[in-house]
Amino acid sequence: MTTTGSPVSAPPTEQGGAAPRHRTSPPSREEKRRERRSRWYQRDVKWSPYAFVAPFFLFFGAFSLFPLLYTGWASLHKVSLTAPTDMEWAGLHNFSRLFEDEFFWNALRNTFSIGIISTVPQLLMALGLAHLLNYKLRGATFYRVAMLAPYATSVAAATLVFVMLFGYDYGMINWALGAAGIDPIDWHNDTLNSHLAISAIVIWRWTGYNTLIYLAAMQAVPKDLYESASLDGASRWQQFVHVTIPSLRPTILFTVVVSTIGATQLFGEPLLFNPGGGANGGPDHQYQTLGLYLYEQGWTNLHLGRASAIAWMMFLLLVLIGLLNWLVTRWMQKSELGRKTARRRS
Amino acid sequence: MAAAAIGAGLLAGCASDKDSNTGAAGGDSEGKTVITVGLFGTFGFQEAGLYEEYEKLNPKVKIEQTVIERNENYYPQLLTRLASNSGLADIQAIEVANIAEVVRTQSDKFVDLGKADGVNKDDYFPWKWNQATHPEGKTIGLGTDVGPMALCYRKDHFEAAGLPTDREEVAKLWAGDWNEYIEVGKQFKEKAPEGVAWTDSAGGVYNAVISSSAKRYYDEQGELIYKDNPAVKEAWDLAAEAATEGLTDKKQQFTKPWDKAMNNGTFATISCPPWMLGYIQDKGGEKAKGKWDVAQAPKPGNWGGAFLGVPESSRHKEEAIKLAAWLTAPTQQAKLFAERGSFPSTPKSYETPEVADAKHEYFSNAPIGQIFSTAAKGVPTQVIGPKDQIVQENIANTGLLQIDQKGVSPDEAWESAVKTVDNALDE
Repeated sequence: MTTTGSPVSAPPTEQGGAAPRHRTSPPSREEKRRERRSRWYQRDVKWSPYAFVAPFFLFFGAFSLFPLLYTGWASLHKVSLTAPTDMEWAGLHNFSRLFEDEFFWNALRNTFSIGIISTVPQLLMALGLAHLLNYKLRGATFYRVAMLAPYATSVAAATLVFVMLFGYDYGMINWALGAAGIDPIDWHNDTLNSHLAISAIVIWRWTGYNTLIYLAAMQAVPKDLYESASLDGASRWQQFVHVTIPSLRPTILFTVVVSTIGATQLFGEPLLFNPGGGANGGPDHQYQTLGLYLYEQGWTNLHLGRASAIAWMMFLLLVLIGLLNWLVTRWMQKSELGRKTARRRS
Repeated sequence: MAAAAIGAGLLAGCASDKDSNTGAAGGDSEGKTVITVGLFGTFGFQEAGLYEEYEKLNPKVKIEQTVIERNENYYPQLLTRLASNSGLADIQAIEVANIAEVVRTQSDKFVDLGKADGVNKDDYFPWKWNQATHPEGKTIGLGTDVGPMALCYRKDHFEAAGLPTDREEVAKLWAGDWNEYIEVGKQFKEKAPEGVAWTDSAGGVYNAVISSSAKRYYDEQGELIYKDNPAVKEAWDLAAEAATEGLTDKKQQFTKPWDKAMNNGTFATISCPPWMLGYIQDKGGEKAKGKWDVAQAPKPGNWGGAFLGVPESSRHKEEAIKLAAWLTAPTQQAKLFAERGSFPSTPKSYETPEVADAKHEYFSNAPIGQIFSTAAKGVPTQVIGPKDQIVQENIANTGLLQIDQKGVSPDEAWESAVKTVDNALDE
C-alpha cells in the first residue's frame, strides 16, 4: 500500500473526495454513479477494518473472555467435575481457603523459584548471544535458525529428552558426573535440584526466542551511534553497555514481561518432568507449580471451583506484575527525561 | 489458558495416536450402523479379534473404537462429556477405581444393563456385579475383567539368594501372611545378587496388601474410615518396613525409571494381577524370558478391572447394549484372556479350556489360568468408595514415595499423606 497516486491508498477522510457539496443543477447519471461509488467507498473505509478484526474478537470472546468470566463465576461456587452444572454458591470461600492452603503457598513459592532460576539466566544469555550474533558473521542465518530450533520443539518431546538426561540411575548427567568421580545428584527429589533441572528445560527452549527478539532490536539501533562511540574510543564492551543496553531498554522490558507471564503459567515442563507420576510435582510436591496445582485440583481431585479460584489468583498475580512493570517503565521514562533535560541544561 | 491448552493437547495427542492405529482396520461404513467404543489403556477387544467376529455375526454393524492411554486423562474427559451430553461413544469403559463415583453421581446418564437381553447376572462374580449397581437396583456397567493378584518372581535371583524356585514351594514361603513376604525379603537381602532389591516399591507392597482386605477407605455406610482402619495401618506398616529395611528398588510404579528397572531386572518380586504380566513381558523383553515365574500371593486380592456402560445419549442404544453384553459374556471373556491376558470377571469362563489350561510361556510356562482362578475365587467382597483412587494414590505417591525416595520417617510421611488426602477431599 505504499504506491502513490492510486485511489486505493487515498487517505480515508470523512468527506470523500469526489463531488462538491453545493450544487444547483440535478446530478447527471455519471455524477450519480460517482457519488454512489464514493459512498460505498466511504462505508468500505469505515467498516472494513472492523470486519477484518471481527474474527479475532469473536474468537477472543469465545475462547478467552467467556472462559475468563465463567471461571470467575465458577470460583465463587462449590462445583465438582462430576456435575459441572450443579453449582452451589460459596462466596469467597474458595479464595479465603487458598490463603490457608499450604499446598497453594508451596506451589506459589515453587513457581517463583523456578521462574527466577529460569528467567534471569535465560535473558542474560539471550542478550549476550544476540550481541555476538549482531557482529558480522559468516552463516549468520544458520545461527539464527539454530537459535530458534529449541523453541519450535514441542514441550513434550524436549522434556522427555531432558528426563533421560536428569535420570537418577541411568541419566546421562549423573553418568558423566560418575565418570568424573562425583556422586550422583538426585535431580527429582531434591527441591533445589529439581528446580534447576526444570529451569534448564525452560532456558533451553526459550533462550533462542529471546535472542532473536534482542537481535532484531539491536539491528534497529542507529549505526552512527556506534560510529561516534568508537570515534570517542569506546571499546566493544563499553559500546554494549552504553549504547546497546540503553537502546534496548523497551525491548528488555517486553521480554521480562513475556517471560514472567510464561513463568507464572509454567505447566508442561514440571508435569512431564515426572512422566507417569501424575500432577503432584514429586512426592513432596517439591516442584509443583501453580499450573500443576490448578490441574491437580481440577482434573484429578475434580474440584472445579477451587481450580477456578487458583486460575483467578494466577490472573491477578499477572495483573499485579503488569502494573509493576508499567510503574517501572514510567519511572524509567521519567528519569530518562530528567537525565536528558539535565544534560541539555549543563 | 496455556495450561489448559497444553492439557488439551496432551489428551488430543494420546487420542489421535490410537485413532490412527484403529484407522487401518476401518473399512467403508456405507449403510452400516457404526457403534463407537471409548476405552482407556489396553482392553484388547480389537487385538483379540472380537470386533471382527462380531461384525461377521452382525453384517450390518461396524465398530469403531477410540483409546486414551491413561485413565487419569480418560476419566475427566468422560465426566465432562457426560455433563455436556456430547461427544460420548455408544459404549464407554469405566475403571473400577471410578465405578463407585460414577454409580453414585452419573447413574441417570447410563442405561440399565441389568435387565438387558443377553445379560445374565449369575455369570458374574456377585461383588463385581454389585460394584456397578446402584442401591436402587440399576446396573450401569458390565464387568469386563478383574485383577486377582499373584506374585511374580525372578527365578534366577531367587536361586542366587538360596531360595527355592519352584512355584509351589515359593508360595509356601509366604502362604497366608503378608508379614512372611517381608520376612522372606529380609532373608533374600542377605544373599541377594548385587544391585537387586526384593521388590519394586513401597507403593507396590502397600497396594498388594490393602487389595486383599475387604474394607479399605470407606465403610459400608460410605463414611471415610481410612485413618483408623487397621487394614490400612497394617498395609502401611508393612510397606514402610519394606522401604526402611532396604527391600525396595525405590521406584514409583508406571514411571520411566520403573520401566527401566524392570528391563534391567533390578528387583526380584512384584505383585501381579494378570494384566501386569503383559507389562513385565513388554518391559522385560527377550532377555528376561523364562526367568520370571508366577506364584500364589500370601492372600488373594484384586487390583484393577473395568466395566462397559452404555450412555443414555448413545445414538444406537439397542445395538450398543447388544454389543456390550456380547463383549462381556463368558465366552468372549475367555477368548480375551487367551489373547490378551485380561482375566474374566465371569467364573463360568474359568471352566473353559482357554482359561483352565492357560500357560504363559514367558513366565516359565506357569499355569496362570489356574493360579489366577484360585486367586479370583478368594478375593474378598470389597467395599468401594467414591474417592478410593485419590486416597490410594496419595498414600502411595506422596506418603510411601517420601519414605522410599526421600528417606522421610514413616510417621512424618503418614502425616503428609493424610494432609494431601484431606486437601484433595476437602470440598
